[in-house]
Amino acid sequence: MSITYLEAIREAQARLLREDDRVFIYGQDVGGVFGGAFKATKGLAKEFPSRVLNTPISEDAIVGTAIGAALQGMRPIVEMQFADFSSIALNQILNQAGTHYWRTNIPVPITVRLPSGGTKGSGPFHSQSMESIYAHYPGLIVMTPATVEDAYTMLIDAVAIDDPVIYCEHKYLYYHLKADKLPDKGLPTGRGRIARQGRDLTIVTYSALVHDALAAADELSRENFEIEVVDLRTVKPLDTDTVLASVSRTGRLLAVGESFPWGGATAEVIARVTSDGFHLLDAAPVRINAKDTPIPYHPNLWSAHRPSTKLIAQKARALLKE
Amino acid sequence: MLQTAQRGKKSPSKKAAPKPEVHEKFLEAFRWMLLSRTLEEKLVSLYRGGHITGGVYIGKGQEAVSVACGLFLQKGDIFAPLIRDQAGRSAFGEPLVDVARTYLGSRQGPMRGRDGNIHRGKPGEGQLAMISHLGAMVSVVVGSLMAKRFRSEENFVGLSCIGEGGMQTGSFHEGMNIAAVEQVPLVIVATNNHYAYSTPNDREFACSDLVERAVGYGFEGYSIDGTDLDMCLEVIGSAVQRARAGRPPQLVVASVLRLSGHGEHDDASYVTEEIKRQPFAQDCVKLAEKNIVHLQLVDAATLQSWKDDAKKQVDEAIAIAQQEAAPEGDKEDWRAISTSELLDQRE
Repeated sequence: MSITYLEAIREAQARLLREDDRVFIYGQDVGGVFGGAFKATKGLAKEFPSRVLNTPISEDAIVGTAIGAALQGMRPIVEMQFADFSSIALNQILNQAGTHYWRTNIPVPITVRLPSGGTKGSGPFHSQSMESIYAHYPGLIVMTPATVEDAYTMLIDAVAIDDPVIYCEHKYLYYHLKADKLPDKGLPTGRGRIARQGRDLTIVTYSALVHDALAAADELSRENFEIEVVDLRTVKPLDTDTVLASVSRTGRLLAVGESFPWGGATAEVIARVTSDGFHLLDAAPVRINAKDTPIPYHPNLWSAHRPSTKLIAQKARALLKE
Repeated sequence: MLQTAQRGKKSPSKKAAPKPEVHEKFLEAFRWMLLSRTLEEKLVSLYRGGHITGGVYIGKGQEAVSVACGLFLQKGDIFAPLIRDQAGRSAFGEPLVDVARTYLGSRQGPMRGRDGNIHRGKPGEGQLAMISHLGAMVSVVVGSLMAKRFRSEENFVGLSCIGEGGMQTGSFHEGMNIAAVEQVPLVIVATNNHYAYSTPNDREFACSDLVERAVGYGFEGYSIDGTDLDMCLEVIGSAVQRARAGRPPQLVVASVLRLSGHGEHDDASYVTEEIKRQPFAQDCVKLAEKNIVHLQLVDAATLQSWKDDAKKQVDEAIAIAQQEAAPEGDKEDWRAISTSELLDQRE
């Protein structure tokens, strides 16, 4: 049997609905026989008709409603149809959910699922990676699972966490990534994972680019370089200890992320390593992000816009010569 | 079906004699209005004396509408008051000392110096803590009511306050629509105080009466004269009752004039003399008191004792908060999440 990243997300939600009657799923097209734009909730409304609910196209009100329900003891899962549209709900997520515990001492246990990242032909408004925006604001946990196993266990963990969780699931991984079976439990939330051990250079990344980084590492191993790949798993909290430990082994850092280049997760990784582990570095750290333009439609432009295996290998090769 | 109440006439002498229990509710409401007005006058004087940081936002002229919002709610209901709802907050059960502690930044207040002035609440007791982004509380009330329905609770209602300014936000529109889609027992009380900060109605919306929007959303709608306490109690009280009984969501639009600036930093010099002469520009507290005297509901000595009592309560609450410790930066627990092991340690 094999299970995809997308099926893992569906299975996690099925288990959550089955085991916890506080859980409900709220979002556009998630209910009925349709089961979501990507089918991440397919069949769930049949089993749980009162807890898998279609909504109007009202991202602000969808999240506001989830917040209200969470304050009254429910554990809502919001599906944004695309991460890009969560910009409409920014106010509720950042200013309502993100401030609530700090202001009132009452946390808001909502999980917001963001189908994130680029796929060919999706263009500027169906391709965005929003993790850096959410990580910037206080009061939120930001998850970026890169594997089928993490997609499953981290979603279950997200719903158990008392604080708001932004769960960034990568659309490119939905069908590409497969596992034999689902684990019952994963690493603790907030802990990074060494996806590949190495000695010459550390690539710190997350989400779909973990796989590009691993492919680049394979390529470089044929040139006798051993690259270590750290999968952050959660962008916030950021597992600085695992990153620093890796850099202490390799002396070189390449941070790779799919969001836009100004600020963000990769900048944060480099800032922390430079600040806390400057003495560990044998060369100036390097970062790769998407280009500082909206995300293009045409596949030729799109594949040049986001970090690729080729670009990662090229930048790593240059850094190894430093 | 859209039902629109008649706008009220001002003369108390033309009213039919209300039943004794109506008088009782009227007097109860009046005392909350009096308390609110007394408290807010005190807050203004503290602000002018430099004792309150940030700002003071009062509900002068809106007390009749506001008190009716709080007065018909009960334990288990959800209330989302807004900027000018001191009377409603008090009637719903907010202790005066919570107000004083929040304005003065006491660590013992519900917001512990982390948020101030009207941005306060006790969500655990059904009083939501508003954020400044207008319209955003509507859907939060909707979700709270859905949770109660999920748990098969009965006989609950939610009430969310808004102004005509906040009614023009996208968030408010989404909230109204989703409330009707979910058919939750919700009452929206919208107070048109004729200015969004300094912007008059003609630059805020272009429909002839905001209550006309009710039918478009699938709400039942009512218009009231917000200076008439009797009408506020009757119409808002019945809207609460109807929502509680399972009727569609209810919209009540009240007409008043904001008898203050947007906040106390604002001299409201943009309010025209013409609008100040409109019937809706009358002071609802004065009108209610006139009514009490006219109908001889209580004698002058009782009325005076109520005023003295309000002053005493306010002074006590302020005195308590003034003696309490302010928060300190180096002793603060700087955590925005409740799950300690998930803190991002770097600052």
